[in-house]
Amino acid sequence: MTAVIELVNVTKIYRRYSGRHFATLKSALLQRSILRDLQPTEVFPALSDVSFAVPSGSTFGVIGRNGSGKSTALKLVAGITKATTGTVRVKGRISALIELGAGFHPEISGRENVFINGIMLGLSKREIEQRFDEIVDFAELRDFIDAPVKTYSSGMYMRLGFAVAIHVEPEVLLVDEVLAVGDEGFTHKCLDKFAEFRRRGRTILLVTHSLGLVERFCDEAVWLDSGRLRGEGDPRRVVDAYLAATEEREEALMAATTAKAVASSVGTGAGSRPADATVGRAATGGSTGGPAASNGAGSGSSTAAGMGAAPEAGPRSNEEEGAAPGLRNMFQADEGRWGSREIEITDVALIDRAGEPAFVFHSGDPVAIRFKIRAHAAAADFVIGIGLFNAEGVCCYGTNTHLEEMASVQLVGEAQVTFAIDSLDLVEGTYKLDVAVHKRDGYPYDYHRLLYTFRVKSRTHDAGIYRPHHRWEFSGAISFRPAEKGA
Amino acid sequence: MFSNLAQVIRYRGLIQSLVARELKARYRGSVLGFLWTFIHPLLLLSIYTFVFTVILPNRSPAAQPYGLFMFCGILPWNWFSSSLLEASNSLVSGGNLIKKVLFPAEILPIVNVLANMIHFFFGLVILLAFLVVYQHWPDPGDLVWFPVVVVIQLIFTAGLALLLSALTVHFRDIRDLLSNVLLFWFFATPIIYPWLDPNVIRYKRLFDLNPFTHLAVSYQEILFFHGPFGHAKGLLALGGASIVFFLGGYWVFDRLRDSFAEAV
Repeated sequence: MTAVIELVNVTKIYRRYSGRHFATLKSALLQRSILRDLQPTEVFPALSDVSFAVPSGSTFGVIGRNGSGKSTALKLVAGITKATTGTVRVKGRISALIELGAGFHPEISGRENVFINGIMLGLSKREIEQRFDEIVDFAELRDFIDAPVKTYSSGMYMRLGFAVAIHVEPEVLLVDEVLAVGDEGFTHKCLDKFAEFRRRGRTILLVTHSLGLVERFCDEAVWLDSGRLRGEGDPRRVVDAYLAATEEREEALMAATTAKAVASSVGTGAGSRPADATVGRAATGGSTGGPAASNGAGSGSSTAAGMGAAPEAGPRSNEEEGAAPGLRNMFQADEGRWGSREIEITDVALIDRAGEPAFVFHSGDPVAIRFKIRAHAAAADFVIGIGLFNAEGVCCYGTNTHLEEMASVQLVGEAQVTFAIDSLDLVEGTYKLDVAVHKRDGYPYDYHRLLYTFRVKSRTHDAGIYRPHHRWEFSGAISFRPAEKGA
Repeated sequence: MFSNLAQVIRYRGLIQSLVARELKARYRGSVLGFLWTFIHPLLLLSIYTFVFTVILPNRSPAAQPYGLFMFCGILPWNWFSSSLLEASNSLVSGGNLIKKVLFPAEILPIVNVLANMIHFFFGLVILLAFLVVYQHWPDPGDLVWFPVVVVIQLIFTAGLALLLSALTVHFRDIRDLLSNVLLFWFFATPIIYPWLDPNVIRYKRLFDLNPFTHLAVSYQEILFFHGPFGHAKGLLALGGASIVFFLGGYWVFDRLRDSFAEAV
């Protein structure tokens, strides 16, 4: 199989002429510094020594973080910019879906724009005439084609741009993250069109953040990171490698955030009076504050409201038995740390399957919340609690030793506490963790409010907060087929 | 460079559609629409006629009727100045195209020059109407020179437009500089005063250095003044210079081409 697109040791350096933006032509002339000013002051390598080849007839994915050089690579292939060093070879007519409708003029009609855009993309007038109806039908703009483009909605604009570009019948199609152009129906139509391209043996170079699309659709993929090629080959393997690296990065980021949050709370906390006042207010206003808090959570999303109310109802019913005001506090305060520190919590960590501290978990993984508590004087009245919150502040789960009917007897010196979760059945998202130790009446020893952040990752983009362990069962004449490549 | 130049010719279909689009878009949405093309020069003609025959009567007996005389110079000047003002901005405002579509950038300034040339032609229709009204017939022999002047002006303007559009990408203040230079240039060219005026003749050498002098004088000789076309030498010299100028402008443009997609 021959390569249709070939990049050989391509480096692209963007120059920044930072100082010169304020200089005028006059001053440049007066100081005779025109030549010097035309020299770049700063260089930024968008791609460094990247080589890959796209075989004819394949669908080729390019993935990577923002700013990794994906779009630059695409522009080089399209010929819009030139490589600083190295060679880019392309065979056949290219159509680039980089920015849809880039050449549209707002004042003139859709019909005229189709012609001009088509000519810009390399079609002849006759070719456009032949395809005109097809283009208009594809864009679903039959009724509006004679209206000026400025009256179009952004969706209509994009659809028309997409329709023109796709009907150029290129041998090589370059796609840069443009599948989010229309409603569900139109997206499917675009995917169908891509599939048709594949069947006809055309080559597609796809730059996208949609990893599912790459896995499903591409024959091969490359992964760019900071302008360098990090992976190449089977899309599943490349995507997995990319995801693993993303997790690592997130781990590092979260470790840094958590360290910062804990550090700043240590500075302000330490059993000071304002902190006590916060708790006092929270405790007295508990019965009214509870529902208000759940209302606030409910504004985040409608499903969250129901879920937010559920755990909240628990402690309130317990309240009549005089229980767990400490838990209720979880719904009110902002992040921070307070308490008398007669008993202190230290070394809070989330432990993964391998027994190592981690910040990113997969849905369904076992997780242990582990921390140390130390009593400065022997204590008999203490309750240890934890709370899990999602990014919207909805409490996903909260419990404490008192609620679970463990009456405290004694704590002397230091002890290690592990809250082991066999299966972290949460949907993908960022979550925060509370840990606290307080008296039965709510008097706080040490309260760590939303100080610990972790992420749950999942391959399934299901909705809600909680993912119960489940399976689908069917009987009768019903069948499904697994997601196929190119479907 | 020359292969790129050849490419421009391959894109003539696109240039054609873009010029048509430019003209259409300009008047789309206005009530009088295309009539504005005629109204503007008409208005200019009446204002200048009023000012320079009633308020400041012109002393030159040669340049009568004055409004008609001045119109012969103003029309090509408007073509020239509007082209440059629009073209200097064309790469910056067309940045979307340059950044996102594989597109020969030189088409943009060239389209501006051509669209304004079409406007110039519409203006000529008005001029023709007034030549008829004033019964001021140009010599048929001189009219042979008319397309020559137009072509030379086209080449000269296009060269300057390419140069300015490419430089404006890097020096945005060229736009402001240009509008001021054009104002000065307008009065430094024998457009509202005749070339044959003794005060002008005195500075003939200086005027000769102004390329637009030769264009304006040629238009006046052809369309307005009677007698054989007397400025052939100056015109042809400018013609030669224009070709050199165009190639020079295109060379600069070509050299800066790769920086456009990043700098606009």
